[in-house]
Amino acid sequence: MSTPAVPTPPAQADEPVAGPVRLPIAHALNRGLRDALAGDDRVMLIGEDIGRLGGVFRVTDGLQKDFGDLRVVDSPLGEAGIVGSAIGLAMAGYRPVCEIQFDGFVFPAMNQIITQLAKYRHRSEGAVSLPVVIRIPVGGGIGAIEHHSESPEAYFAHTAGLRVVSPSNAHEAYHLLRESIASDDPVIFLEPKRSYWLKGDVDTTVAAPAFDRAQVVHPGDDVTIVAYGALVPAALKAAQQYAEEGVGVEVIDLRSLSPIDDATILESVRRTGRLVVAHEASRTAGLGAEVAARVQDEAFYSLEAPVLRVTGYDTPYPASRLEEDWLPGVDRIVDAVDRSLEH
Amino acid sequence: MNHPLLSLLGPDGQLDAATAAPTPADGLALYRDMVMARRIDTEAIALQRQGELGLWPSMLGQEAAQVGAGHALRPRDVVFPTYREHGMAWCRGVDPVNLLGLFRGTTMGGWNPRDNNFNLYTLVIGAQTLHAVGYAMGIVRDGDVGTGDPERDRAVLVFLGDGALSEGESNEAFVWAAAQNLPVVFFVQNNQWAISAPYSVQSRVPVAQRAQGFGFEGVRVDGNDVVAVRQVTEQALASAREGNGPTLIEAFTYRRNPHTTSDDDGRYRPVTENEEWEARDPLARMRTYLAGAGVLDEAAEAALAADEQALAERLRSGCRALPVPTASSPFENTLADMPDELARQMHEHLEFVAAGEEQDR
Repeated sequence: MSTPAVPTPPAQADEPVAGPVRLPIAHALNRGLRDALAGDDRVMLIGEDIGRLGGVFRVTDGLQKDFGDLRVVDSPLGEAGIVGSAIGLAMAGYRPVCEIQFDGFVFPAMNQIITQLAKYRHRSEGAVSLPVVIRIPVGGGIGAIEHHSESPEAYFAHTAGLRVVSPSNAHEAYHLLRESIASDDPVIFLEPKRSYWLKGDVDTTVAAPAFDRAQVVHPGDDVTIVAYGALVPAALKAAQQYAEEGVGVEVIDLRSLSPIDDATILESVRRTGRLVVAHEASRTAGLGAEVAARVQDEAFYSLEAPVLRVTGYDTPYPASRLEEDWLPGVDRIVDAVDRSLEH
Repeated sequence: MNHPLLSLLGPDGQLDAATAAPTPADGLALYRDMVMARRIDTEAIALQRQGELGLWPSMLGQEAAQVGAGHALRPRDVVFPTYREHGMAWCRGVDPVNLLGLFRGTTMGGWNPRDNNFNLYTLVIGAQTLHAVGYAMGIVRDGDVGTGDPERDRAVLVFLGDGALSEGESNEAFVWAAAQNLPVVFFVQNNQWAISAPYSVQSRVPVAQRAQGFGFEGVRVDGNDVVAVRQVTEQALASAREGNGPTLIEAFTYRRNPHTTSDDDGRYRPVTENEEWEARDPLARMRTYLAGAGVLDEAAEAALAADEQALAERLRSGCRALPVPTASSPFENTLADMPDELARQMHEHLEFVAAGEEQDR
């Protein structure tokens, strides 16, 4: 399909297991997969080029060598086949983790995801859960060609029967992935691809909050920013700038895009009275609209300003020479926070 | 590549001279299951006409294809049906009353797929072929293929139709099954019509020949001949269980009723076609054969008629007694752990429903 658009240093298999260790997100994910494979014989990985090559982003590097080609499967090229066969494997008692190579290539699998995977537990009246994880590198900012920079999360969040999560840092990447694999529900696991080489401290022994909870990653009392994935680091940068000016910006990492942890957001907004939601995906019917709707529903009288959205635009993802300005980043987040504070 | 149509029991009820005659008990069992399958179908159509079912996809004419395949299975084999495998469900031991729930609007499924190794009906054409492939991958990983132990080795039998051969997912399933040499048998009931589309709309290549390009064998059998269908399906399943990979079976048959009770096949095909296929009826030929062999005597006929009658009565009363699901059930069955937001929505909905019931009093 495509060669990776970002440099891909090899994962190291011999890094220590306990205690915090500094890892890029890609290696934290690799560690998460490795530990899941080692901990449960029913866990399997399946995807294009994930075995011998280690995946185009090298997230599965070395895993086929260590766990064999029956557990780390280089699949034929076909996304419906990846997800459809994962459904069958789950019916047979396995816990498959699929890799879709790029966000734009998940669409051939959408029939299997929406009509089959998401609905089977309901159809079987609770008798059969399908513990399938679908890992998808998402988002732009890597100078890629067409179909390699998409943000498809709203399609999945709109589909009942799926969980949707997205980590923003290495520690979260490890723990969210472990929890996703342990979950009996189907999980769409969105990996912000421009953050793959963002390093952070990972402690595999210290659990992260539950995978359906949002997390305050920067405290503040003046305005709340809700973000997820690659925009969390941008929101944190903005918060740090405001902190220097004495303005308290609270940043919430949504983590779980479906279900949405209303409680954490509402607690924050009731305190700050102001909310900015940021995501790369297009604006209309995006996650920002959902968060805004819930906040006006539950915290209307706490709001001091309209809820603002900082998002990608309602256009197809643009050619990469345009993406730097098209993509929401620190500047547009700061602009929205200023507008919120002016009210 | 030539794919001759294997036929052992002809429309005239004559068994191929070189074929071993089924034992009386075996012959009667095959016939009985076809009769019962047809009765399920007939009763369900009547229930639809009475307004008890919203819809019914009839299997009239396809009894031999399904019952023949059903008799080739071992208990540990796993079946993935479309939505027309009522005869197959009967052979697997699924309570036929439960087949009605999906069409009555009391469930989206109707049975636990693990109870009889018979998965839920799949309405999205071809989608189940990939589940069959994945299940077969699981069988390989369980080590339940090629051991030679009949209690252990197992295979997957997946049903699809002539129309489904045009779906991308079916073709992906063929690719995967072949590349990984999976223990799966693709059983194509070529009933010649995908709603209004004849097979010529789907392909210029005969069904059985399709397998060749994917790298496995395709066989063609008279789908109205229960003896021949069972034989080829037994061979294909045995081959799969032994580790020799997939087979495609084309059971050449005919859908004698409209696609569903909502369809009008008078708009797209001549009635003469139906008459031709009625003359090749799968039940009639077996009945002729068994009567000629002195197996189906008056006592056997009477016993079967009584069984049929009991089944019909059970279907009628069972259909009306199918429980309406609770208003909370969609919420409870969406995810293994109900999220807070969904719990709120359920609460809101149950209050609404309760208020309505209060008003109706």
